[in-house]
Amino acid sequence: MKTDTIAAIATGLSNAGISIVRISGDQAFAVIDKVFQIKSKAKRLSEMESHTVHYGYIVDGEELIDEVMVVIMRAPRSYTMEDSIEIDCHGGITVTKKVLETVLKAGARIAEPGEFTKRAFLNGRIDLSQAEAVIDVIHANNELALKNSMKQLKGNVLHKVKEVRQSILLDTAYIEAALDDPEHISLEGFSDKLRENVMGSIKELSNLIDTSENGRLIKEGIRTVILGRPNAGKSSLLNLMVGEERAIVTDIAGTTRDTIEESIFLNGLCLNLIDTAGIRETSDLVEKLGVEKSLKSAKEADLIIYVIDASTPLNQDDDEILEFIKDRKAIVLLNKTDLESVIEEKDVNLLSTKPILKISALNQTGIKELEKTITEMFFEGNISFNDEIYITNVRHKNALVEARVSLEQVIVSIENEMPEDFFSIDLMNAYEVLGTIIGEAVDEDLVNTIFKEFCMGK
Amino acid sequence: MSNQYEAYDVVVVGAGHAGCEAALACARLGFNTIMFTVSMDNIALMPCNPNIGGTSKGHLVREIDALGGEMGKNIDKTYIQSKMLNQSKGPAVHSLRAQADKMDYSREMRKVVENTENLTLRQDEVIDILTENNQVTGVMVYSGGVYPCKAVILCTGVYLNARCIYGETSHYTGPNGLPSANHLTESLKKLGIEMYRFKTGTPARIDKRSIDFTKMEEQFGDETVVPFSFTNTPEDIEKEQVSCWLTYTNENTHQIIRDNIHRSPLYSGNIKGTGPRYCPSIEDKVVKFPDKERHQVFIEPEGNYTNEMYISGMSSSLPEDVQFKMYRSVSGLENAKIVRNAYAIEYDCINPMQLKSSLEFMSISGLFSGGQFNGSSGYEEAAAQGLMAGINAARKLSGKEPIVLDRSQAYIGVLIDDLVTKETHEPYRMMTSRAEYRLILRQDNADLRLTKIGHEIGLISEERYEHLIEKERMIKEEMIRLENSLIGASKEVQEILESLGTTSLKTGTTLAELVRRPELTYALLEPLDKNRKPLSDEVITQVEINFKYDGYIKRQEHQVEQFKKLEGKKIPEEIDYSDVPSLRIEAKQKLNQIRPSSVGQASRISGVSPADISVLLVYLEQLRRSK
Repeated sequence: MKTDTIAAIATGLSNAGISIVRISGDQAFAVIDKVFQIKSKAKRLSEMESHTVHYGYIVDGEELIDEVMVVIMRAPRSYTMEDSIEIDCHGGITVTKKVLETVLKAGARIAEPGEFTKRAFLNGRIDLSQAEAVIDVIHANNELALKNSMKQLKGNVLHKVKEVRQSILLDTAYIEAALDDPEHISLEGFSDKLRENVMGSIKELSNLIDTSENGRLIKEGIRTVILGRPNAGKSSLLNLMVGEERAIVTDIAGTTRDTIEESIFLNGLCLNLIDTAGIRETSDLVEKLGVEKSLKSAKEADLIIYVIDASTPLNQDDDEILEFIKDRKAIVLLNKTDLESVIEEKDVNLLSTKPILKISALNQTGIKELEKTITEMFFEGNISFNDEIYITNVRHKNALVEARVSLEQVIVSIENEMPEDFFSIDLMNAYEVLGTIIGEAVDEDLVNTIFKEFCMGK
Repeated sequence: MSNQYEAYDVVVVGAGHAGCEAALACARLGFNTIMFTVSMDNIALMPCNPNIGGTSKGHLVREIDALGGEMGKNIDKTYIQSKMLNQSKGPAVHSLRAQADKMDYSREMRKVVENTENLTLRQDEVIDILTENNQVTGVMVYSGGVYPCKAVILCTGVYLNARCIYGETSHYTGPNGLPSANHLTESLKKLGIEMYRFKTGTPARIDKRSIDFTKMEEQFGDETVVPFSFTNTPEDIEKEQVSCWLTYTNENTHQIIRDNIHRSPLYSGNIKGTGPRYCPSIEDKVVKFPDKERHQVFIEPEGNYTNEMYISGMSSSLPEDVQFKMYRSVSGLENAKIVRNAYAIEYDCINPMQLKSSLEFMSISGLFSGGQFNGSSGYEEAAAQGLMAGINAARKLSGKEPIVLDRSQAYIGVLIDDLVTKETHEPYRMMTSRAEYRLILRQDNADLRLTKIGHEIGLISEERYEHLIEKERMIKEEMIRLENSLIGASKEVQEILESLGTTSLKTGTTLAELVRRPELTYALLEPLDKNRKPLSDEVITQVEINFKYDGYIKRQEHQVEQFKKLEGKKIPEEIDYSDVPSLRIEAKQKLNQIRPSSVGQASRISGVSPADISVLLVYLEQLRRSK
């Protein structure tokens, strides 16, 4: 059900010590009371004085999510001038996400990008002179969110959501066509068929929700691009890190002509590993395109792993790559240390300030050090990434859950033998909510489907 | 030099279903009104189907009546069969439909308009709308005569540059061979109004004596008739009803159509106008749904004193010779004598996005419009707009704010909001699926929703208003009484419950809880209800619905609350969206074109995103504060 109480993670989503989940709106206290447990269990936060801090736990039913400090602020003495709650979480990204999800489950809805600032302005907190700035914030954040929302959605997820939506729409259209033209179309026995379809859709949504629990609805993670000259061993490295033969490895230079992408989990971090075509001056047109694509990927990367073949001398191509990574987050790997090395760390040190590690993809040595270095860089805040992606995942999951609730309500209505017109309300709600995942509005879909599928009219 | 005749407050152009409601509203609100028609003998003509109401349209008629309009009363006087559709479904989709005696309907409406104070009728064609500084000053008629006025309501229906077509044959007339109006379009174009060309169609009429009804299924009316007007009781309008008949097309019919489809003006390109998807011609149905083996055909009487029968489901624009073959291929119509041909009709109408929600043109002060001229289809849709245009023209002349019903108040609100906000490329027909809050917008509670508004407008009498307040009070009291009526789990109670086929009680409960059980009704519970006082059926219906669908209704009410927040944020008329920073270009164009009256309306424009709405909200607040 739509609500005006909003929640979001207010801090950047790095693994920095504390992150804050913020809630604002007239139901803020009702929401926090459902999920917050004061140690003494003595009182509820809604009974506490404004502008006080409380220590306790965020719980989801029986499950303990995080140990937190909660700040409560009553309207109008808050940023948005509404009842506001701030939850200081301590458990890092995954837990913060979980706290947000728990709050959403308790009745808040996820804030639109820039919505806190918008409310602060609309409620008179922010000065008129800053109105343009507020508009810019809303505008910029929305563009970003929109871009992310679709781009990050995995192909099969998109497909599944579309399929479920289509099934819902067809069933609703059938009901509506029959309601509109009862003398032509009968609903006799339709409930049974609908029930079957809706149960199927619920199952699909449940699968998607399970998927989202593992954070795999979207291609989220640290974009890690493996870069290097041809045949430096980039694909071997990818295979080693993924643990399977994903990229084709040959000793012919220039085998990987397209980029290859894989996700791995590393000490709780999600890495999107991207293998690229080797960088070199080339006249082969196809390979040239591959090289261009490599550089494009590298430009959007959160982290670059630069693989050098230590058994051959550096050349002009290496100089270019070193120049390219100069102002970017990167790790330099000296590979093929199983062979006789002609390049040592000090040679590279003269050219770059990045961490340098020795590995042998063939003998699988040095990989542990690489993983350790990446993890350290992240936790020290040396790698940051676009955290809107995480939020996108929460947003999607929330929509899936809401859609499932609506469909379950349809089943309840069927079981209570309600008249068919009652089904449409919840069916269309599920349809609308699922649309937000794939960026599609409802518009005239229903009416159009009725006319397309059914022969109506006098 | 043109003659100048006496001035009127309001000029209504057209005396169809929209025109009559518009003129009656203005006259009843005290404004000196003149209504022009091309034919005095065809007031409130029903040139197509011989019925009023139907799914969602029935809701519109009840709402018109609740606001003080005439359509409901007129059909109650002239119906010859009545049915409540969808009775096996939820109360929100129960819809009244009545077969009308067409001639009677027209005659009765004529009687009303001819005998209304402040209302003058005139048979003449209006050819020009006169303006000064984008303000209406009068109209010119065919002779060149001028009637000065303060407001004009255009209800020209399908008469502007009308052309009737079947096969290769065209008549440049309105329906039934009535004169078309061939000059007004030019005048409107000169005023900068954007015109569309739509089409619609009607089936043949067949002589009753040539039909073999033994091959058809008889369709009866309901035993107990629910009146359209809240001023009537079932007893007031009880009468002998006539039957309709059901038959079907067959493969032979479809083959005849397929063999001749190249001669259909729709397929040959002879018709350019856009038709409604809701009223497809039989040739459309056969082409678009080739798998359907047969289509239903309803045979409906056009009136008590004529042999003409309306062949519902078989509208067509095929050539005359094909029509003979086609109709005669239908079971029971083998020897059919066609009285009037089926035909398609093309006409000029406007792009309704040029209107405000009050149905006044954005660009010309004092110019209002309603009905098919606004791109809708159907008698009921027309009447609803006519009524609102009339009310708002009158209010403008009184210096009052317009009455704009929103989507949570009435189907009329949904209808007008859709017309002025969403792009339509076909004649717009009302459908229950278009009303997102339809659980609240029921035909049974139209009076509870709208009669107070009608009273405030001035179209509802004091007596009727008092009656409504009394009804509200009785509903409320009875609900409280049932909530407080405790029922113990005594042996007597359990026996009664068992006899009603419902589960027995574990602990005590209330009558209200028992009414909520799907298998029980208020009436069935009488043996358990010792203190029951006699109440009218309409009160009992409300009590029952309120209890039974409680949960669903509350959810919709919650949605309505959210909806009202944005609806309540009004946008100043003079806003220039080009000045709003960060709105996307598409949004700027659409907003500048449609000029929504509220942020809520803006949010329904396709091409305006939620982010645009946020930006707009901040901009409006900025405007407000810098004043």
